[in-house]
Amino acid sequence: MAKITYITHDNEKHTIEVQNGLTVMEGAVQNDIPGIDADCGGGMACATCHVYVKEDWFNKIPKKEDGEDDMLDMAFEPRANSRLSCQIVVSDDIDGLEVNIPSKQA
Amino acid sequence: MNKTDALIIGAGPTGLFTAHQLKLIGLDCEIVDNLDKIGGQCIELYPDKPIYDIPAVPECTGEELTSNLLNQLKPFDIKFHLSERVEEVKKEDNNWLVKTSGGNTFLTPNVIIAGGVGSFEPRKFSPIDFEKFENKSLFYSVKDKNMFRGKTVSIFGGGDSALDWAVELSKECDVNLIHRRDEFRGAQATVDKMYELKKGGKINLFTKYQITNVHGDQKLESIDIKHDNCEIKNLKTDYVLGFFGLIMQLGPIANWGLNLNKKTIEVDTEKFETNQKGIYAVGDICNYPGKLRLILSGFHEGALAARACFKLARPNEKYRFEFTTTSTNLLKRLGKKE
Repeated sequence: MAKITYITHDNEKHTIEVQNGLTVMEGAVQNDIPGIDADCGGGMACATCHVYVKEDWFNKIPKKEDGEDDMLDMAFEPRANSRLSCQIVVSDDIDGLEVNIPSKQA
Repeated sequence: MNKTDALIIGAGPTGLFTAHQLKLIGLDCEIVDNLDKIGGQCIELYPDKPIYDIPAVPECTGEELTSNLLNQLKPFDIKFHLSERVEEVKKEDNNWLVKTSGGNTFLTPNVIIAGGVGSFEPRKFSPIDFEKFENKSLFYSVKDKNMFRGKTVSIFGGGDSALDWAVELSKECDVNLIHRRDEFRGAQATVDKMYELKKGGKINLFTKYQITNVHGDQKLESIDIKHDNCEIKNLKTDYVLGFFGLIMQLGPIANWGLNLNKKTIEVDTEKFETNQKGIYAVGDICNYPGKLRLILSGFHEGALAARACFKLARPNEKYRFEFTTTSTNLLKRLGKKE
């Protein structure tokens, strides 16, 4: 279990307890956090679950695998700390993670 | 005006297998898709990625799955209308009158929406104030490359489309290629070619840059691009091309009076019918308790929706369940028996 804080574009904070093994994307979708579309359902095929990971966390969470950066090219306003939330798996190690949701996904 | 027993919206795996099921039970159907090719998400999003959970197919790519489904449709004559988006669905007596962006109209008792997560549209630039240049000096696809001859063209993106056009247009234009990273995801041969052209001064390459602003009143004059390290460059340009891939948009489906849940359509699990009689939704786009977004679920949903279509298309006949192994009727339709 990990507490994940999703910060929407209008600065609303939603802190949710997400089960280990789910992804940060699933935690958002299952709890109706606005701003994460996840059109492809977690297949790393659409870049609509794009989030910005707070700098101090960015290097602590598991690194991007092949293909994620390619998809991020297509995301809306990607930055150096961009991630696809469907590729961040929740574990005790990421308890307290904060992610910012972009103003839109496409 | 095309008259058909059922119109399928979407030529992805679910739409294709639904067509198979309709033809097998003796109904005719036509298929409309906004993409210029058959295969839906399988062909647009993951043509080369293997899929491992199609029953009885241990491993196949999106492209292979599509071509296998097309093979399965070979006995049947099915009309495809590609590069057309369904714009309007209206009730007309006992039928639905359907209009597409290509000017086609259909009259049918049954509309089956197998639309995935909506239709594929190009991803657009984010800067404000850019829309006014769209289709004048800003494009997301190239229809006639001759218009760029002798001009300065700024191309954004890091995939095959951006690279292919940068290489192609560098023959007759001044080309700026701008990408947010210094890695490209296009075919290696094209990447190499692009670097070669850059060396020869034929392509101006800007990596780790993104667009931040556009200048010009009636006519586009220049753009600002910003480096990861915050340095800003101004580039004079006549045209801008953006190749950021495609995004799925629900589009006009939202206006057809259907019960929607986020980007999905609510259906029952007997006929996969929506709240509108004669309109069904199958595959990724439908929603019901327990819905799984798997291709195999789409096949099941399409098979049931096809049976439901029979009632409206043949109100005076009774549908009889038959197996392809034993039914002379079905074997005839499949071309396996005289």
